[in-house]
Amino acid sequence: MTAVSTAPPSGASASDVPVRRPRKPLTPGRVVLHVFLALTSLLFLFPLLYAVYTSLRPYAETAQYGYFSLPRGLTFANYSDAWNQSRVLHFLLNTLIIVVPALVLILLLSSFVAFGLARFRIRGRKGLLILFTAGNLLPQQILVTPLYQAYRLWDSQGWVLDKQAFIYDTYWGVIAIHVAFQIGFCAFVLTNYMETLPQELTEAALVDGAGVWRQYWTITMPLCRAPLAALATLEFTWIYNDFLWALVLMNTGDKRPITSALNNLRGEFFTDNNLLAAGSVIIALPTVVIYFILQKQFVGGLTLGANKG
Amino acid sequence: MAITEAPTGTPPAAPPARRGRRSANRWTRRDKTVLGLMIGIPTAISVLFVWLPALASVALSFTRWDGIGLDTISWIGLRNYREIFTIYPPFFPALRHNVIWLAFFLLIPTPIGLLLAYLLDKEIRFTRIYQSAIFLPVVLSLAIVGFIWQLIYSTDQGLINAVIGKFGSQPIDWLGNPRLNLWAVLIAASWRHVGYMMILYLAGLKGVDPTIKEAAAIDGATAWQAFRYVVFPALRPVNIVVLVITVIESLRAFDLVFVINGGRNGLELLSVLVTQNIIGEASRIGYGSAIASIMLVISTVFIGIYTVNVFREERR
Repeated sequence: MTAVSTAPPSGASASDVPVRRPRKPLTPGRVVLHVFLALTSLLFLFPLLYAVYTSLRPYAETAQYGYFSLPRGLTFANYSDAWNQSRVLHFLLNTLIIVVPALVLILLLSSFVAFGLARFRIRGRKGLLILFTAGNLLPQQILVTPLYQAYRLWDSQGWVLDKQAFIYDTYWGVIAIHVAFQIGFCAFVLTNYMETLPQELTEAALVDGAGVWRQYWTITMPLCRAPLAALATLEFTWIYNDFLWALVLMNTGDKRPITSALNNLRGEFFTDNNLLAAGSVIIALPTVVIYFILQKQFVGGLTLGANKG
Repeated sequence: MAITEAPTGTPPAAPPARRGRRSANRWTRRDKTVLGLMIGIPTAISVLFVWLPALASVALSFTRWDGIGLDTISWIGLRNYREIFTIYPPFFPALRHNVIWLAFFLLIPTPIGLLLAYLLDKEIRFTRIYQSAIFLPVVLSLAIVGFIWQLIYSTDQGLINAVIGKFGSQPIDWLGNPRLNLWAVLIAASWRHVGYMMILYLAGLKGVDPTIKEAAAIDGATAWQAFRYVVFPALRPVNIVVLVITVIESLRAFDLVFVINGGRNGLELLSVLVTQNIIGEASRIGYGSAIASIMLVISTVFIGIYTVNVFREERR
């Protein structure tokens, strides 16, 4: 990433005056620009704001006055109903059971690859990098049929171990494909990052007799906190939002993570739009909160991957 | 896995160890094993779970199989493809919808994202707030996007019909009418895509040398000319990324239509057909695999463009 210094080093003339940049005069053009951007922002927030608004209205009220009407009384009843009726907590926990191990494995394994490819001259380095990067770009549907069949065959044939080591309809089965799929993206990002670290770092450690593992764990990894945080934020969101893998690779509706369970939830429990709105807001909340807390990491991770170099 | 001895280019047969110079045999067997595992395990996982299944899709597309035992697979050549093109009704609608999806994404949300990025890239107050608002939908899953937009589109309880009902209009079945629902869904999907594109272009614009814009301004270029002839050409690397991501996202599109109506009745997509052939009522592994193989061919072209671009830069 080309570093564009936003604040050019100022000479002596600037240092003796208190640092106060003169605000640009508010020209008519600027006003138009601000109005346009503010309206656009509102437009993009509108569907979410409307969902929140609807979720806070009693059903009886919207039934009487319609959804396009001013509020007469607001209530959290829809939230408690949605929470209780659809066992949101249960499905959120299912999500956590998948996200946490997947996240740890993805970051660990991809940093292995990145370390190897960025810090050593390895034959076929470029080919491996392409294997990981391109693999992450494949649409999931290209893999899903054989993967589903393989999972089922594995279970019915009991090829390895005995018939106890099932993979279809298990959390490990879903975690495995998340890990395999996302290693690609993270390996790409981390390799690019580690290549920017000065070679002297590990050289010095080498003189001290540090082995490969120590160079990785105690020297390289602590320097990668920023990209690891960015990737963790991004991957959390992606895995939380996954719909397809758990839908196809899990059979028991009760075991599915929250996003994949949505489809059933609607039919079974959400009887009206107010309840549907409350349920949607609850389920959207974790990623929205994480985005607001870790916005820099989120955006940084996304552009880190897309904007190599 | 072959590891060349020295990353700094020390010849393998190093002279007798001097002070500060490591011996040629700096990597112990243990080190080589550790490194081999560090690269080998993730590579094996990626090959096993991503690349082998992708290739297996191609292989299965030439077979008929009931999916129960490996011994029931029979080779039938191109018959699946011939049947998809002739006697499988949802294929051409799905293909057409995917093409419309891609064209719409390239023509509407992508330029809007670029425009917003261009406006927000200037030194302007509140730019972070604007960016956060426009980007927010990107963190939502497409399934949730589908739910949220159902609040707006639904026939009896939706916002649009509530508004137009005030003016005496009959309710419109936005998501049920096969002539309307694809467009309704595309607007919902674009709501999310604009922010994604904006962020990519913002990052790209940060990399454009500001002096070339100033130079264009000094030369008397209008804002549009400066953008069209100076900034936009400088965004070429981002444009390629945007193109590839948009194509892949259009092929991947699935969750949104699936939560709305299971991907039927005007919302057929290639991704839906693949999934229906696994978990749907009529599961034909050969059909699903043939459609997946068609998707693989399309995406390989664009992934190729992407990798060539990314890894060519590396050589410089």
